[in-house]
Amino acid sequence: MLAFYAVPVLSMLIRSVNDPIWTLSHYASLTGDTVFLKVLSNTLYTSLIVTLGALVLGYPVALSLVRAPRCAPVILILILLPFWTSVLVRSYAWMVLMGRHGLINEALLAADMIDRPLRILNTPLATRIAMIHILLPYMVLPIANALRQIDPSLARASSGLGATPGATFRQITLPLSMPGVAAGMLLVFVLALGFYITPAMLGGPREITLSMLIAQQVDQLNWAYAATLSAVLLATTLAIIAAIYRLPGVGNALRMNAR
Amino acid sequence: MTVARLLLATVVGLILLFLALPIVVVMVVSFSSATYLTFPPPAFGMRWYTAYFTSDDWLRPTWLSLWVAACVVVLATFLGTLAAVGIGRLPRALRVLASALIVSPLIVPAIVAAIGIYYAFARYGLVGTPVGLILAHTCLAVPFVFISVSASLAGLDPRLEQAALSLGATPSGTFFQITLPLIRPGVLAGALFAFVTSFDELVVALFMSGSGAVTLPRRMWDDVLYQIEPTIAAVSTLTIVLTVVLMGCAHLLRKRAPTDLGQAGEP
Repeated sequence: MLAFYAVPVLSMLIRSVNDPIWTLSHYASLTGDTVFLKVLSNTLYTSLIVTLGALVLGYPVALSLVRAPRCAPVILILILLPFWTSVLVRSYAWMVLMGRHGLINEALLAADMIDRPLRILNTPLATRIAMIHILLPYMVLPIANALRQIDPSLARASSGLGATPGATFRQITLPLSMPGVAAGMLLVFVLALGFYITPAMLGGPREITLSMLIAQQVDQLNWAYAATLSAVLLATTLAIIAAIYRLPGVGNALRMNAR
Repeated sequence: MTVARLLLATVVGLILLFLALPIVVVMVVSFSSATYLTFPPPAFGMRWYTAYFTSDDWLRPTWLSLWVAACVVVLATFLGTLAAVGIGRLPRALRVLASALIVSPLIVPAIVAAIGIYYAFARYGLVGTPVGLILAHTCLAVPFVFISVSASLAGLDPRLEQAALSLGATPSGTFFQITLPLIRPGVLAGALFAFVTSFDELVVALFMSGSGAVTLPRRMWDDVLYQIEPTIAAVSTLTIVLTVVLMGCAHLLRKRAPTDLGQAGEP
Protein backbone atom coordinates (compact mmCIF):
# COMPACT_ATOMS: atom_id res chain seq x y z
CA MET A 1 0.00 0.00 0.00
CA LEU A 2 2.74 2.41 0.93
CA ALA A 3 4.77 1.74 -2.16
CA PHE A 4 1.77 2.89 -4.14
CA TYR A 5 2.07 6.59 -3.31
CA ALA A 6 5.76 6.41 -2.55
CA VAL A 7 6.51 5.41 -6.13
CA PRO A 8 5.34 8.58 -7.90
CA VAL A 9 6.98 10.80 -5.30
CA LEU A 10 10.16 8.81 -5.20
CA SER A 11 10.53 8.49 -8.95
CA MET A 12 9.91 12.20 -9.26
CA LEU A 13 12.62 12.89 -6.70
CA ILE A 14 15.13 10.55 -8.23
CA ARG A 15 14.58 11.91 -11.70
CA SER A 16 14.83 15.50 -10.58
CA VAL A 17 18.19 14.95 -8.99
CA ASN A 18 19.50 12.11 -11.04
CA ASP A 19 18.55 12.82 -14.62
CA PRO A 20 21.89 13.65 -16.13
CA ILE A 21 24.35 10.85 -16.51
CA TRP A 22 26.06 10.99 -13.16
CA THR A 23 29.43 12.44 -13.81
CA LEU A 24 30.85 14.99 -11.49
CA SER A 25 32.11 17.09 -14.38
CA HIS A 26 28.87 19.13 -14.32
CA TYR A 27 29.48 20.02 -10.73
CA ALA A 28 33.16 20.68 -11.28
CA SER A 29 32.39 23.13 -14.07
CA LEU A 30 29.94 25.00 -11.82
CA THR A 31 32.69 26.35 -9.62
CA GLY A 32 34.21 28.25 -12.52
CA ASP A 33 30.84 29.33 -13.93
CA THR A 34 30.44 33.06 -13.28
CA VAL A 35 26.77 33.11 -14.30
CA PHE A 36 25.98 30.35 -11.85
CA LEU A 37 27.94 31.95 -9.02
CA LYS A 38 26.27 35.30 -9.59
CA VAL A 39 22.81 33.72 -9.71
CA LEU A 40 23.48 31.64 -6.61
CA SER A 41 24.73 34.59 -4.57
CA ASN A 42 21.82 36.69 -5.82
CA THR A 43 19.33 33.98 -4.78
CA LEU A 44 20.88 33.61 -1.34
CA TYR A 45 21.06 37.37 -0.87
CA THR A 46 17.41 37.88 -1.88
CA SER A 47 16.32 35.09 0.45
CA LEU A 48 18.29 36.64 3.29
CA ILE A 49 16.79 40.10 2.75
CA VAL A 50 13.30 38.61 2.53
CA THR A 51 13.86 36.59 5.70
CA LEU A 52 15.08 39.59 7.68
CA GLY A 53 12.30 41.78 6.31
CA ALA A 54 9.69 39.19 7.24
CA LEU A 55 11.20 38.89 10.71
CA VAL A 56 11.11 42.64 11.35
CA LEU A 57 7.51 42.87 10.15
CA GLY A 58 6.38 39.52 11.52
CA TYR A 59 7.51 39.73 15.12
CA PRO A 60 5.32 42.68 16.18
CA VAL A 61 2.33 41.10 14.47
CA ALA A 62 2.92 37.80 16.24
CA LEU A 63 3.32 39.62 19.52
CA SER A 64 0.06 41.49 19.21
CA LEU A 65 -1.68 38.34 17.95
CA VAL A 66 -0.87 36.71 21.29
CA ARG A 67 -1.02 39.75 23.58
CA ALA A 68 -4.21 41.41 22.37
CA PRO A 69 -6.91 38.73 22.60
CA ARG A 70 -9.65 41.13 21.57
CA CYS A 71 -7.98 42.07 18.29
CA ALA A 72 -6.64 38.56 17.65
CA PRO A 73 -9.50 37.32 15.41
CA VAL A 74 -9.21 40.38 13.17
CA ILE A 75 -5.43 40.07 12.97
CA LEU A 76 -5.71 36.37 12.27
CA ILE A 77 -8.17 36.90 9.44
CA LEU A 78 -5.96 39.60 7.93
CA ILE A 79 -3.03 37.18 8.01
CA LEU A 80 -4.90 34.14 6.75
CA LEU A 81 -6.84 35.76 3.88
CA PRO A 82 -3.72 36.63 1.88
CA PHE A 83 -2.16 33.37 3.05
CA TRP A 84 -4.92 31.40 1.37
CA THR A 85 -4.68 33.34 -1.86
CA SER A 86 -2.44 31.85 -4.53
CA VAL A 87 1.08 33.15 -5.07
CA LEU A 88 0.21 34.00 -8.65
CA VAL A 89 -2.69 36.22 -7.62
CA ARG A 90 -0.67 37.98 -4.95
CA SER A 91 2.24 38.58 -7.31
CA TYR A 92 -0.25 39.95 -9.81
CA ALA A 93 -1.67 42.21 -7.11
CA TRP A 94 1.79 43.67 -6.58
CA MET A 95 2.10 44.24 -10.33
CA VAL A 96 -1.10 46.26 -10.13
CA LEU A 97 0.20 48.23 -7.16
CA MET A 98 3.67 48.92 -8.47
CA GLY A 99 2.95 49.44 -12.14
CA ARG A 100 3.42 52.73 -13.99
CA HIS A 101 -0.17 53.71 -13.28
CA GLY A 102 -0.38 51.72 -10.08
CA LEU A 103 -1.50 52.88 -6.68
CA ILE A 104 1.98 53.71 -5.41
CA ASN A 105 2.91 55.90 -8.35
CA GLU A 106 -0.48 57.62 -8.49
CA ALA A 107 -0.35 58.34 -4.76
CA LEU A 108 3.15 59.74 -4.93
CA LEU A 109 2.25 61.84 -7.96
CA ALA A 110 -0.86 63.18 -6.26
CA ALA A 111 1.20 64.09 -3.22
CA ASP A 112 3.65 65.93 -5.47
CA MET A 113 6.50 63.89 -4.08
CA ILE A 114 7.59 62.87 -7.58
CA ASP A 115 6.87 64.43 -10.96
CA ARG A 116 7.26 61.33 -13.07
CA PRO A 117 6.15 57.71 -12.40
CA LEU A 118 8.86 55.73 -10.65
CA ARG A 119 10.08 52.50 -12.09
CA ILE A 120 9.41 50.00 -9.33
CA LEU A 121 8.26 47.01 -11.32
CA ASN A 122 11.01 44.80 -12.75
CA THR A 123 13.50 45.76 -10.09
CA PRO A 124 14.94 43.65 -7.27
CA LEU A 125 13.02 45.82 -4.82
CA ALA A 126 9.68 44.77 -6.35
CA THR A 127 10.53 41.09 -6.00
CA ARG A 128 11.66 41.51 -2.41
CA ILE A 129 8.62 43.48 -1.27
CA ALA A 130 6.23 40.98 -2.85
CA MET A 131 8.13 38.00 -1.45
CA ILE A 132 8.09 39.49 2.05
CA HIS A 133 4.36 39.96 1.67
CA ILE A 134 3.80 36.41 0.46
CA LEU A 135 6.01 34.76 3.07
CA LEU A 136 5.08 36.89 6.08
CA PRO A 137 2.47 34.42 7.45
CA TYR A 138 5.14 31.70 7.55
CA MET A 139 7.05 33.95 9.95
CA VAL A 140 4.12 35.14 12.05
CA LEU A 141 2.51 31.77 12.77
CA PRO A 142 5.53 29.93 14.28
CA ILE A 143 6.53 32.99 16.34
CA ALA A 144 2.97 33.36 17.63
CA ASN A 145 3.02 29.65 18.51
CA ALA A 146 6.24 30.04 20.49
CA LEU A 147 4.98 33.17 22.25
CA ARG A 148 1.78 31.41 23.22
CA GLN A 149 3.71 28.65 24.94
CA ILE A 150 5.54 31.04 27.26
CA ASP A 151 4.20 30.76 30.78
CA PRO A 152 2.59 34.16 31.55
CA SER A 153 3.60 33.88 35.21
CA LEU A 154 7.23 34.38 34.13
CA ALA A 155 6.48 37.86 32.85
CA ARG A 156 4.47 38.63 36.00
CA ALA A 157 7.30 37.41 38.19
CA SER A 158 9.75 39.55 36.27
CA SER A 159 7.75 42.75 36.61
CA GLY A 160 6.92 41.86 40.21
CA LEU A 161 10.66 41.78 40.86
CA GLY A 162 10.93 45.30 39.52
CA ALA A 163 11.86 44.82 35.87
CA THR A 164 10.57 47.42 33.42
CA PRO A 165 8.32 46.16 30.63
CA GLY A 166 11.18 46.68 28.18
CA ALA A 167 13.56 44.63 30.30
CA THR A 168 10.98 41.88 30.77
CA PHE A 169 10.56 41.71 27.02
CA ARG A 170 14.29 41.64 26.33
CA GLN A 171 15.21 39.17 29.03
CA ILE A 172 12.16 36.87 29.23
CA THR A 173 9.89 37.03 26.19
CA LEU A 174 12.45 37.50 23.44
CA PRO A 175 14.80 34.65 24.44
CA LEU A 176 11.89 32.27 25.03
CA SER A 177 10.40 33.01 21.62
CA MET A 178 13.65 32.21 19.81
CA PRO A 179 12.63 28.67 18.72
CA GLY A 180 9.66 30.23 16.93
CA VAL A 181 11.88 32.87 15.37
CA ALA A 182 14.31 30.23 14.16
CA ALA A 183 11.46 28.12 12.77
CA GLY A 184 9.93 31.11 10.99
CA MET A 185 13.25 32.18 9.53
CA LEU A 186 13.90 28.63 8.36
CA LEU A 187 10.53 28.38 6.63
CA VAL A 188 10.81 31.78 4.98
CA PHE A 189 14.40 31.33 3.87
CA VAL A 190 13.85 27.87 2.43
CA LEU A 191 10.66 28.86 0.62
CA ALA A 192 12.31 32.03 -0.69
CA LEU A 193 15.18 29.99 -2.14
CA GLY A 194 12.83 28.05 -4.38
CA PHE A 195 10.60 30.96 -5.40
CA TYR A 196 9.93 31.05 -9.09
CA ILE A 197 6.68 32.81 -9.92
CA THR A 198 7.24 36.09 -8.09
CA PRO A 199 10.77 36.85 -9.29
CA ALA A 200 9.81 35.81 -12.82
CA MET A 201 6.84 38.20 -12.80
CA LEU A 202 8.16 41.16 -10.86
CA GLY A 203 11.92 40.95 -11.11
CA GLY A 204 14.01 42.53 -13.78
CA PRO A 205 15.56 40.60 -16.65
CA ARG A 206 18.99 40.98 -15.06
CA GLU A 207 17.80 39.79 -11.67
CA ILE A 208 17.76 36.02 -12.18
CA THR A 209 17.24 33.57 -9.36
CA LEU A 210 18.36 29.96 -9.30
CA SER A 211 14.87 28.65 -10.05
CA MET A 212 14.54 31.02 -13.02
CA LEU A 213 17.87 29.81 -14.37
CA ILE A 214 16.67 26.21 -14.02
CA ALA A 215 13.47 26.95 -15.94
CA GLN A 216 15.47 28.76 -18.62
CA GLN A 217 17.80 25.81 -19.06
CA VAL A 218 14.89 23.40 -19.38
CA ASP A 219 13.37 25.61 -22.06
CA GLN A 220 16.65 25.35 -23.94
CA LEU A 221 16.58 21.58 -23.38
CA ASN A 222 19.83 21.88 -21.49
CA TRP A 223 18.88 19.02 -19.19
CA ALA A 224 22.24 18.19 -17.68
CA TYR A 225 22.80 21.76 -16.56
CA ALA A 226 19.23 22.17 -15.29
CA ALA A 227 19.44 18.97 -13.28
CA THR A 228 22.78 19.94 -11.80
CA LEU A 229 21.32 23.28 -10.74
CA SER A 230 18.29 21.52 -9.29
CA ALA A 231 20.53 19.27 -7.26
CA VAL A 232 22.38 22.31 -5.94
CA LEU A 233 19.11 24.04 -5.03
CA LEU A 234 17.73 20.94 -3.34
CA ALA A 235 20.98 20.25 -1.48
CA THR A 236 21.16 23.85 -0.24
CA THR A 237 17.56 23.65 0.95
CA LEU A 238 18.07 20.35 2.75
CA ALA A 239 21.36 21.46 4.30
CA ILE A 240 19.75 24.57 5.75
CA ILE A 241 16.81 22.58 7.09
CA ALA A 242 19.14 20.01 8.64
CA ALA A 243 21.30 22.69 10.24
CA ILE A 244 18.48 24.69 11.80
CA TYR A 245 16.33 21.71 12.71
CA ARG A 246 18.98 20.65 15.23
CA LEU A 247 18.60 23.82 17.26
CA PRO A 248 16.65 23.11 20.45
CA GLY A 249 12.91 23.67 20.22
CA VAL A 250 12.81 24.35 16.50
CA GLY A 251 11.46 20.95 15.56
CA ASN A 252 8.64 21.44 18.01
CA ALA A 253 7.89 24.96 16.78
CA LEU A 254 7.76 23.69 13.20
CA ARG A 255 5.07 21.17 13.93
CA MET A 256 2.42 23.80 13.46
CA ASN A 257 0.29 23.66 10.36
CA ALA A 258 1.99 22.87 7.13
CA ARG A 259 0.11 25.38 5.10
CA MET B 1 4.08 51.71 28.75
CA THR B 2 1.02 53.14 27.06
CA VAL B 3 3.20 54.95 24.54
CA ALA B 4 5.00 51.73 23.71
CA ARG B 5 1.66 49.98 23.40
CA LEU B 6 0.27 52.64 21.11
CA LEU B 7 3.40 52.50 18.99
CA LEU B 8 3.12 48.72 18.70
CA ALA B 9 -0.53 49.02 17.73
CA THR B 10 0.27 51.57 15.02
CA VAL B 11 3.14 49.53 13.61
CA VAL B 12 1.05 46.37 13.59
CA GLY B 13 -1.81 48.26 11.95
CA LEU B 14 0.49 49.40 9.17
CA ILE B 15 1.88 45.91 8.66
CA LEU B 16 -1.64 44.48 8.47
CA LEU B 17 -2.49 47.17 5.92
CA PHE B 18 0.55 46.02 3.93
CA LEU B 19 -0.83 42.47 4.11
CA ALA B 20 -4.36 43.33 3.07
CA LEU B 21 -3.73 46.11 0.57
CA PRO B 22 -2.75 44.10 -2.54
CA ILE B 23 -5.79 41.85 -2.25
CA VAL B 24 -8.13 44.79 -1.76
CA VAL B 25 -6.59 46.64 -4.71
CA VAL B 26 -7.06 43.67 -7.04
CA MET B 27 -10.68 43.39 -6.01
CA VAL B 28 -11.27 47.10 -6.62
CA VAL B 29 -9.48 47.05 -9.98
CA SER B 30 -11.58 44.10 -11.12
CA PHE B 31 -14.62 46.39 -11.06
CA SER B 32 -12.78 49.05 -13.05
CA SER B 33 -14.13 50.33 -16.33
CA ALA B 34 -10.72 51.23 -17.74
CA THR B 35 -9.08 49.11 -20.41
CA TYR B 36 -5.71 49.17 -18.70
CA LEU B 37 -4.49 48.80 -15.15
CA THR B 38 -4.89 52.01 -13.25
CA PHE B 39 -5.68 52.86 -9.71
CA PRO B 40 -7.97 54.33 -8.58
CA PRO B 41 -10.25 53.26 -11.45
CA PRO B 42 -11.98 56.09 -13.34
CA ALA B 43 -15.38 54.39 -13.00
CA PHE B 44 -16.81 51.09 -11.88
CA GLY B 45 -18.60 48.37 -13.79
CA MET B 46 -18.93 44.65 -14.34
CA ARG B 47 -17.19 44.87 -17.70
CA TRP B 48 -14.32 42.49 -16.95
CA TYR B 49 -16.57 39.93 -15.34
CA THR B 50 -18.70 39.96 -18.46
CA ALA B 51 -15.52 39.59 -20.52
CA TYR B 52 -14.54 36.58 -18.42
CA PHE B 53 -17.88 34.81 -18.45
CA THR B 54 -18.40 35.26 -22.18
CA SER B 55 -14.93 34.23 -23.24
CA ASP B 56 -14.45 30.62 -24.17
CA ASP B 57 -10.75 31.30 -23.94
CA TRP B 58 -11.10 31.82 -20.20
CA LEU B 59 -13.92 29.38 -19.44
CA ARG B 60 -12.21 26.37 -20.98
CA PRO B 61 -9.14 26.62 -18.67
CA THR B 62 -11.50 27.21 -15.74
CA TRP B 63 -13.39 24.00 -16.39
CA LEU B 64 -10.17 22.11 -16.90
CA SER B 65 -8.78 23.41 -13.59
CA LEU B 66 -11.98 22.48 -11.74
CA TRP B 67 -12.04 19.06 -13.35
CA VAL B 68 -8.37 18.36 -12.63
CA ALA B 69 -8.77 19.60 -9.05
CA ALA B 70 -11.82 17.37 -8.55
CA CYS B 71 -9.90 14.29 -9.72
CA VAL B 72 -6.94 15.27 -7.54
CA VAL B 73 -9.26 15.55 -4.55
CA VAL B 74 -10.52 12.00 -5.06
CA LEU B 75 -7.08 10.48 -5.64
CA ALA B 76 -5.16 12.48 -3.04
CA THR B 77 -7.79 12.07 -0.33
CA PHE B 78 -7.91 8.33 -0.90
CA LEU B 79 -4.14 7.88 -0.99
CA GLY B 80 -3.38 10.39 1.75
CA THR B 81 -5.91 8.87 4.14
CA LEU B 82 -4.68 5.35 3.48
CA ALA B 83 -1.12 6.50 4.03
CA ALA B 84 -1.95 8.22 7.30
CA VAL B 85 -3.84 5.19 8.58
CA GLY B 86 -1.31 2.66 7.32
CA ILE B 87 1.82 4.40 8.45
CA GLY B 88 1.09 3.89 12.14
CA ARG B 89 1.24 0.17 11.59
CA LEU B 90 4.76 0.21 10.19
CA PRO B 91 7.96 -0.43 12.17
CA ARG B 92 9.41 2.79 13.52
CA ALA B 93 12.43 3.20 11.21
CA LEU B 94 10.33 2.58 8.13
CA ARG B 95 7.64 4.92 9.45
CA VAL B 96 10.03 7.87 9.71
CA LEU B 97 11.37 7.20 6.23
CA ALA B 98 7.90 6.80 4.73
CA SER B 99 6.48 9.96 6.27
CA ALA B 100 9.54 11.95 5.20
CA LEU B 101 8.94 10.67 1.68
CA ILE B 102 5.25 11.53 1.67
CA VAL B 103 5.79 15.00 3.09
CA SER B 104 8.80 15.74 0.87
CA PRO B 105 6.85 17.61 -1.86
CA LEU B 106 6.32 20.35 0.73
CA ILE B 107 10.07 20.82 1.15
CA VAL B 108 11.42 20.20 -2.34
CA PRO B 109 11.38 23.49 -4.26
CA ALA B 110 8.46 23.55 -6.70
CA ILE B 111 10.67 24.14 -9.70
CA VAL B 112 12.76 21.06 -8.92
CA ALA B 113 9.67 18.90 -8.53
CA ALA B 114 8.17 20.44 -11.67
CA ILE B 115 11.07 19.70 -13.99
CA GLY B 116 11.51 16.26 -12.46
CA ILE B 117 7.89 15.43 -13.18
CA TYR B 118 8.13 16.99 -16.63
CA TYR B 119 11.20 14.95 -17.47
CA ALA B 120 9.68 11.70 -16.22
CA PHE B 121 6.23 12.24 -17.75
CA ALA B 122 7.51 13.40 -21.14
CA ARG B 123 8.68 9.85 -21.86
CA TYR B 124 5.16 8.52 -21.49
CA GLY B 125 3.52 11.25 -23.54
CA LEU B 126 1.75 12.68 -20.52
CA VAL B 127 2.78 16.29 -21.10
CA GLY B 128 -0.14 18.40 -22.26
CA THR B 129 -2.74 15.91 -21.06
CA PRO B 130 -5.14 16.30 -18.13
CA VAL B 131 -4.03 12.87 -16.87
CA GLY B 132 -0.46 14.07 -16.50
CA LEU B 133 -1.60 17.13 -14.58
CA ILE B 134 -3.84 15.06 -12.32
CA LEU B 135 -1.01 12.65 -11.48
CA ALA B 136 1.47 15.45 -10.86
CA HIS B 137 -0.91 17.50 -8.72
CA THR B 138 -1.87 14.40 -6.74
CA CYS B 139 1.78 13.99 -5.70
CA LEU B 140 1.79 17.58 -4.47
CA ALA B 141 -1.59 17.34 -2.72
CA VAL B 142 -1.12 14.04 -0.85
CA PRO B 143 1.07 15.60 1.90
CA PHE B 144 -1.70 18.01 2.87
CA VAL B 145 -4.22 15.19 3.24
CA PHE B 146 -1.66 13.08 5.03
CA ILE B 147 -0.85 15.78 7.59
CA SER B 148 -4.46 16.68 8.17
CA VAL B 149 -5.59 13.07 8.64
CA SER B 150 -2.55 12.23 10.79
CA ALA B 151 -3.48 15.08 13.11
CA SER B 152 -7.00 13.67 13.43
CA LEU B 153 -5.69 10.17 14.06
CA ALA B 154 -3.34 11.42 16.76
CA GLY B 155 -6.35 12.66 18.69
CA LEU B 156 -8.22 9.40 18.36
CA ASP B 157 -8.69 7.28 21.47
CA PRO B 158 -7.20 3.87 20.53
CA ARG B 159 -9.53 2.19 23.05
CA LEU B 160 -12.47 2.88 20.74
CA GLU B 161 -10.96 0.71 18.01
CA GLN B 162 -9.94 -1.94 20.54
CA ALA B 163 -13.46 -1.99 21.94
CA ALA B 164 -14.96 -2.47 18.49
CA LEU B 165 -12.53 -5.28 17.69
CA SER B 166 -13.11 -7.04 20.99
CA LEU B 167 -16.85 -6.85 20.48
CA GLY B 168 -16.40 -8.89 17.32
CA ALA B 169 -16.20 -6.27 14.59
CA THR B 170 -13.99 -7.10 11.63
CA PRO B 171 -10.97 -4.83 11.06
CA SER B 172 -12.65 -3.30 8.02
CA GLY B 173 -15.91 -2.90 9.92
CA THR B 174 -14.02 -1.13 12.69
CA PHE B 175 -12.37 1.17 10.18
CA PHE B 176 -15.56 2.15 8.40
CA GLN B 177 -17.82 2.37 11.45
CA ILE B 178 -15.47 3.74 14.12
CA THR B 179 -12.25 5.19 12.74
CA LEU B 180 -13.50 6.85 9.58
CA PRO B 181 -16.43 8.73 11.15
CA LEU B 182 -14.13 10.00 13.90
CA ILE B 183 -11.44 11.28 11.56
CA ARG B 184 -13.91 12.63 9.01
CA PRO B 185 -13.20 16.33 9.77
CA GLY B 186 -9.50 15.73 9.13
CA VAL B 187 -10.24 13.88 5.89
CA LEU B 188 -12.58 16.62 4.67
CA ALA B 189 -10.12 19.37 5.58
CA GLY B 190 -7.41 17.43 3.74
CA ALA B 191 -9.67 17.11 0.70
CA LEU B 192 -10.22 20.88 0.67
CA PHE B 193 -6.47 21.49 0.95
CA ALA B 194 -5.95 19.10 -1.94
CA PHE B 195 -8.49 20.94 -4.08
CA VAL B 196 -6.91 24.33 -3.45
CA THR B 197 -3.40 22.94 -3.98
CA SER B 198 -4.32 21.68 -7.42
CA PHE B 199 -6.54 24.61 -8.37
CA ASP B 200 -3.87 27.22 -7.57
CA GLU B 201 -0.87 25.25 -8.79
CA LEU B 202 1.20 27.00 -11.43
CA VAL B 203 4.83 25.90 -11.52
CA VAL B 204 4.11 22.29 -12.52
CA ALA B 205 1.39 23.47 -14.88
CA LEU B 206 3.87 25.74 -16.65
CA PHE B 207 5.78 22.69 -17.77
CA MET B 208 3.03 20.07 -17.90
CA SER B 209 0.24 22.04 -19.55
CA GLY B 210 1.82 22.15 -22.99
CA SER B 211 -0.76 23.49 -25.37
CA GLY B 212 -3.28 20.72 -24.81
CA ALA B 213 -4.14 21.16 -21.13
CA VAL B 214 -4.05 24.82 -20.16
CA THR B 215 -5.22 25.33 -16.58
CA LEU B 216 -6.60 28.57 -15.21
CA PRO B 217 -3.40 29.67 -13.40
CA ARG B 218 -1.48 28.88 -16.59
CA ARG B 219 -3.90 30.95 -18.64
CA MET B 220 -3.56 33.83 -16.16
CA TRP B 221 0.21 33.57 -16.34
CA ASP B 222 0.19 33.85 -20.13
CA ASP B 223 -2.04 36.89 -19.87
CA VAL B 224 0.07 38.56 -17.20
CA LEU B 225 3.15 38.27 -19.36
CA TYR B 226 1.71 39.27 -22.70
CA GLN B 227 -1.07 41.71 -22.01
CA ILE B 228 -2.11 43.81 -19.09
CA GLU B 229 -5.86 43.79 -18.90
CA PRO B 230 -8.19 43.90 -15.92
CA THR B 231 -9.90 40.61 -16.93
CA ILE B 232 -7.23 38.88 -14.92
CA ALA B 233 -8.16 41.01 -11.89
CA ALA B 234 -11.72 39.75 -12.21
CA VAL B 235 -10.49 36.15 -12.47
CA SER B 236 -8.21 36.74 -9.49
CA THR B 237 -11.08 38.08 -7.42
CA LEU B 238 -13.19 35.04 -8.26
CA THR B 239 -10.40 32.62 -7.38
CA ILE B 240 -9.65 34.52 -4.16
CA VAL B 241 -13.28 34.17 -3.11
CA LEU B 242 -13.34 30.48 -4.01
CA THR B 243 -10.10 29.54 -2.27
CA VAL B 244 -10.77 31.66 0.81
CA VAL B 245 -14.18 30.04 1.26
CA LEU B 246 -12.71 26.55 0.86
CA MET B 247 -9.72 27.21 3.11
CA GLY B 248 -11.99 28.84 5.67
CA CYS B 249 -14.09 25.67 5.72
CA ALA B 250 -10.94 23.58 6.11
CA HIS B 251 -9.80 25.79 8.96
CA LEU B 252 -13.13 25.41 10.77
CA LEU B 253 -13.13 21.65 10.20
CA ARG B 254 -9.68 21.31 11.70
CA LYS B 255 -10.73 23.38 14.68
CA ARG B 256 -13.51 20.88 15.28
CA ALA B 257 -11.18 17.92 14.88
CA PRO B 258 -10.35 16.07 18.12
CA THR B 259 -6.88 17.60 18.23
CA ASP B 260 -4.76 19.42 15.80
CA LEU B 261 -1.05 19.95 15.81
CA GLY B 262 -1.41 23.43 17.18
CA GLN B 263 -3.20 24.54 14.02
CA ALA B 264 -2.59 28.18 13.25
CA GLY B 265 -4.50 30.55 15.43
CA GLU B 266 -5.76 28.17 18.00
CA PRO B 267 -5.78 30.12 21.24
